Amino acid sequence: MSEDARNAQVVSSPALETPMRTFYRNFFSSRVATIGLVGLALIFLAALLAPVIAPQNPYDLATLDIMHSRLQPGERSLDGQLIFVLGTDEQGRDMLSAILYGIRISIIVGFASTTIALALGLLAGLIAGYAGGRVDSLIMRAADIQLSFPPILIALILLALTGPGVSKIIVALVAVQWAYYARTARSAALVEREKPYMEAAVILGLSPLRIIARHLLPNCMPPLVVVAALQVASAISLEATLSFLGLGLPVTEPSLGLLIANGFQYLLSGKYWISFYPGIALLLTIVAINLVADHLRDILNPQLAK
Amino acid sequence: MASDHESALASNVPRPTLEVQNLTTEFVTRSGIAKPVRGVNFSVMPGQIMGLVGESGSGKSLTGYSIMGLVDHPGVVTCGRVLFKGVDLRGLNSAQRRAIRGDRIAMIFQDPMMTLNPVLRIDTQIMEVVSAHYPVDRQTARAMARSALVQVGIASPDERLSAYPHQFSGGMRQRIAIAIALINKPDLIICDEPTTALDVTIQAQILFEMQKLCREAGTSLIWITHDLSVVAGLADTVCVMYAGEIVESGTVQQVLALPRHPYTSGLIACAPSRNKPGAPLRQINGSTPSLLALPSGCAFRNRCDRASDICHTPPPTVDEGGQSFRCFHPMPINKFNESVG
Amino acid sequence: MNHLPLLELRGVSKRFGTSQDVVARIAKVFGVGLPDHTVYAVDDVNVSVFPGEIVGLVGESGCGKSTLGRMAVGLYGMTAGQRFWKSEQLEKLDPASRRQKQLGMQLIFQDPVSSLNPRMRVRDIVGEAPVVHGMVAAAEKNAYVEELLQRVGLNADALPRYAHQFSGGQCARIGIARALALKPELLVCDEAVAALDVSIQAQVLNLFMALRAELNLTYLFISHDLGVVRHVADRVLIMYLGRIIESAPTPALFSSANHPYTQALLAAAPRLEVRKMVFTPVKGEIPSPLHPPTGCHFHPRCPHAFHRCKVEIPTFREIAPSHFSACHLND
Repeated sequence: MSEDARNAQVVSSPALETPMRTFYRNFFSSRVATIGLVGLALIFLAALLAPVIAPQNPYDLATLDIMHSRLQPGERSLDGQLIFVLGTDEQGRDMLSAILYGIRISIIVGFASTTIALALGLLAGLIAGYAGGRVDSLIMRAADIQLSFPPILIALILLALTGPGVSKIIVALVAVQWAYYARTARSAALVEREKPYMEAAVILGLSPLRIIARHLLPNCMPPLVVVAALQVASAISLEATLSFLGLGLPVTEPSLGLLIANGFQYLLSGKYWISFYPGIALLLTIVAINLVADHLRDILNPQLAK
Repeated sequence: MASDHESALASNVPRPTLEVQNLTTEFVTRSGIAKPVRGVNFSVMPGQIMGLVGESGSGKSLTGYSIMGLVDHPGVVTCGRVLFKGVDLRGLNSAQRRAIRGDRIAMIFQDPMMTLNPVLRIDTQIMEVVSAHYPVDRQTARAMARSALVQVGIASPDERLSAYPHQFSGGMRQRIAIAIALINKPDLIICDEPTTALDVTIQAQILFEMQKLCREAGTSLIWITHDLSVVAGLADTVCVMYAGEIVESGTVQQVLALPRHPYTSGLIACAPSRNKPGAPLRQINGSTPSLLALPSGCAFRNRCDRASDICHTPPPTVDEGGQSFRCFHPMPINKFNESVG
Repeated sequence: MNHLPLLELRGVSKRFGTSQDVVARIAKVFGVGLPDHTVYAVDDVNVSVFPGEIVGLVGESGCGKSTLGRMAVGLYGMTAGQRFWKSEQLEKLDPASRRQKQLGMQLIFQDPVSSLNPRMRVRDIVGEAPVVHGMVAAAEKNAYVEELLQRVGLNADALPRYAHQFSGGQCARIGIARALALKPELLVCDEAVAALDVSIQAQVLNLFMALRAELNLTYLFISHDLGVVRHVADRVLIMYLGRIIESAPTPALFSSANHPYTQALLAAAPRLEVRKMVFTPVKGEIPSPLHPPTGCHFHPRCPHAFHRCKVEIPTFREIAPSHFSACHLND
C-alpha cells in the first residue's frame, strides 16, 4: 500500500495526557477547592489519629469523672494532669476528645453510607437505563417511591425498627440515598446509550454485561462522582440530625450530632461550649466537603462534553 | 485616508462595502499564543459575492466573527482595520457597533438555532430585529415580518408567524434566519457555512433565494464554506485560507481554472469530480499543523512537494492581474494558459 | 465474480412507532384515541450486495439510509423482511450463531470522534473485540493492534493514547482499524467521510479503495454526497422517504438518470466546473416520515406528476440492463 495512503502522524502531546492528569491539573487550579481539600485532609488525619492525639478516651467510662462536668474551656482536671481545652460536657468528657472521636464516627458513617449507596444506585441506574422497558420502569418506580418520602422519615422508621448502632445508621442512610444515585446513573446511561461508541460496541459483538461494565460505566461516572461528593456532606448532617433526635448512636459513642444534642439544654445557661464546639467541627467538615464537591462538579461537567 | 475616499466619491469609483486590512486575531492559551487569523486582507464590492474557503482550522469562521466584533475572551482582535463603507469598525464603541449589527451588517450561522430563540415565536423574533433599529409600530413590524417570510419562499406565512422554531425543519429555520438577516436590507451579510448541514435539494433552494435577493437588493455577501463547488456556483470572487492566512484570492474563474498556490491546486485536485472514477484520488499528504506549532515562513511547506529552503521565510504576496497568492513556487502556467498540476 | 450475493435484504421494512399503552387503548375504544404515530423509516426494500463490489446508497435526510445500514449489520431489528448472509437467513439462527456470523459485517460511523469510547485507550478500542471473541490471544493483542494501525496509516505510539488526542481524520482511521480487527468481509460505511475535510476525505477514500484490493472487502457505502459516490461506487441505489426509487450501475445513473427525483438531485448539486450556477430547486420540503404522501412519495414535488402518481405506488422495474426505477412515467 502506498506511503501516501498511509500518511498520518499521531498528534504528539507534551506528556501522555491521561484523563487523570488533566483532572489533577484542573482541580488544583482552584485555590478555594485546594483549601477545602487540605482542610478535609486535616480533618481526616485528626479522625484517623484520634486515639493517639486525644487527651482522653471519651468511650472509656472509667476515665470519666463526674466532678469534671461542665467545666469551662481552659480549666484543669482535679488532679492537674489534663487541660480541658474546649471544656467538658455534663458527663465530664473532654470536649476535644469527644469531638475528635465524633468526627471519626461522622466520617465513617458519611463515607461508608455514600459509597455503598453509590454502588447500589449505580448498578440499579445503569441496568435501568441500558435495559429500558419493564426493568427500567420497575427500578425507577421503586426509586420514585423512595424519593417521595422525606429522608428523615424513612431513616426514623428504619432506626426505630432496628435500634441504634453505627452499622444500622449506615443501612438507614443507604436506604435513603440509593435512589438519588440510581436516578442520576439512569439519566447518564440514557444519554450515553445513544452515542455511536455504544452502538459500535454492540456491533462488535460484545455481551451486554461487558458493554455496561466496560463502556457504559466509566462514561457515566462523572456526574455520579459529583453527586456522591455533595451527598457525603448531606449524609453526615443527616446522621447528626438523627443523633440529635436521639435515634442515631448510643449515648456512650457520641457522634457530633449527639454531642450537640446533649449540650443543647445548656446553651442558654451560658455553658455554650458543650454544643458550640461540636457544631463548629460539624460545620467545618461539611464546608470542606462542599468546597471540594462544588469544584469537582465544575471541572467534571465540561469534561462530560469532551 | 479620508482624501482617498473623497476623491473616490468624486470620481464615481465604487467604494468597497467592506475592506479588511491586515486583520489579526489571537487566542492566549495555557500552551502559548495561537493566531487563528493572521494578516487577512480582502475587499468586497457592493453587490458582490465573495467566497471564503478553507478547511477546519483555517480560521475562516473566526475571520467572520472578527469582522462582526463577536470574538470573546480568550480571543482578541489584535490588529488590522475593518473598513465598512470607509468607517473602521474596530474604532467604534459597543453602542455604535450594536447599531450597525443587524441593520447594516448581518450574519447567518451554520446552525439556525444560533440565531433563533427556542422559546420565542417567530414573529416576535423577526419584529425584534426591526424595532431594535427603527421606530415602527407593531402593525408595520408584523407586516414587514410577513413579507420577509414570503421573500424567502416560506408558504402560508400568516400561520408560520405564530409558530415556534421547533415546529420547523432545518431548512425552514435557516430560511427564517435569512429572513431575519435580510429584513433591514443590510449592505453586507456574512454567512458562516449556512448550508453545510442541509440536504442538497434544500441547499439548492437556499442558494437560489440568496442569489436572487442579492441581485435584486445589491447586497454584498461573504460566503464562508469548505465546499469549493458551492463557491464555484455562487460566488464572484474567492479567498482561500490556510492556517489563518489567505493564501490565494481572485475571481472564481481565475482561481478555480488556474490555481497558483499549491494548496488551492491540491484542494481542487482531490475533489472526486476531478479524478477518474475508481482511481485513487489525488491527495494532500499530512494534516493541518497545530496553530501553536506553525512551521516558520510558509505554513503549508511541510505538506507541499514544491517546497524548498526559501520557504522557511514568509512568502511574498504576488499579484497577477487581480489574482494574488503567497508563494515562492506557484503552480506554473503552461503555454495553453492552464495551471499544470 | 461470484453470482451469489454476500448480503441480501429482501422486503425489509422498519417501523418506528409508539405502541399504545393500556390507557391509550381504552381511550381508543371510547373513540377519543390519539392518532397512531408510526414512521415507516424503511419500506419494503430489496438490496443485494455481491462480493467485491462497492454499492452506493444515496439519499437525503429522512430517507432511511442510515436505518437501512444499521438493520443490515443487525443493530436494529426488522419489522418485516428477511436478511441473508452468504445465503443463510440470519433471523432463523439462534442468537449466538447469528451474533457470530454478523461479525463479518462491520459499520464505520459518521462522526469518527464520538464513535470511539472517550475513556478507552486506542489499544483497547481496537483490541478488545478480537480478544473477547478468541481471535487473538490476550498476550498478542498489542502486536495485533499495532499491525492494524499500520495498515490504516497510524503509528504504534497511538496505542496508549485516548481518542480526544487525535484529529478527525485520525479518529476515522482508528474506527476503521477497529472494524478491520474482526476480519470482516463487508463494511457498511454510514456517511463515513461526511464529517471530514476535503483533503482528509481524499486520504480516507483512498484507504478504503486500497483495503478493498488488499483484503477483498465489499462495501455498502451510504452517503448524501453524489460526487464521492460517483467516484467509489460500482452501483448506486437512490432512496427517498424509505423506498429505493432507482438503482443502476454508476455510469448509467449519472449519465441517464431515470427517476425525476434522481434527476432533481443531480441538477441541484453544485459542481466545481459550473460557474454562476443557476440553481433550479425542487419545490417543496422533504415530507416528514410521519405523514408520507400517498402513492409515489415524490409526487408533491415532482414536475411531471399526474393523477396516477397520487394513488398508486410505482413498481420498481427494470427499464434498461441492470437499471431499475420506480416511476409511472416508465409505463
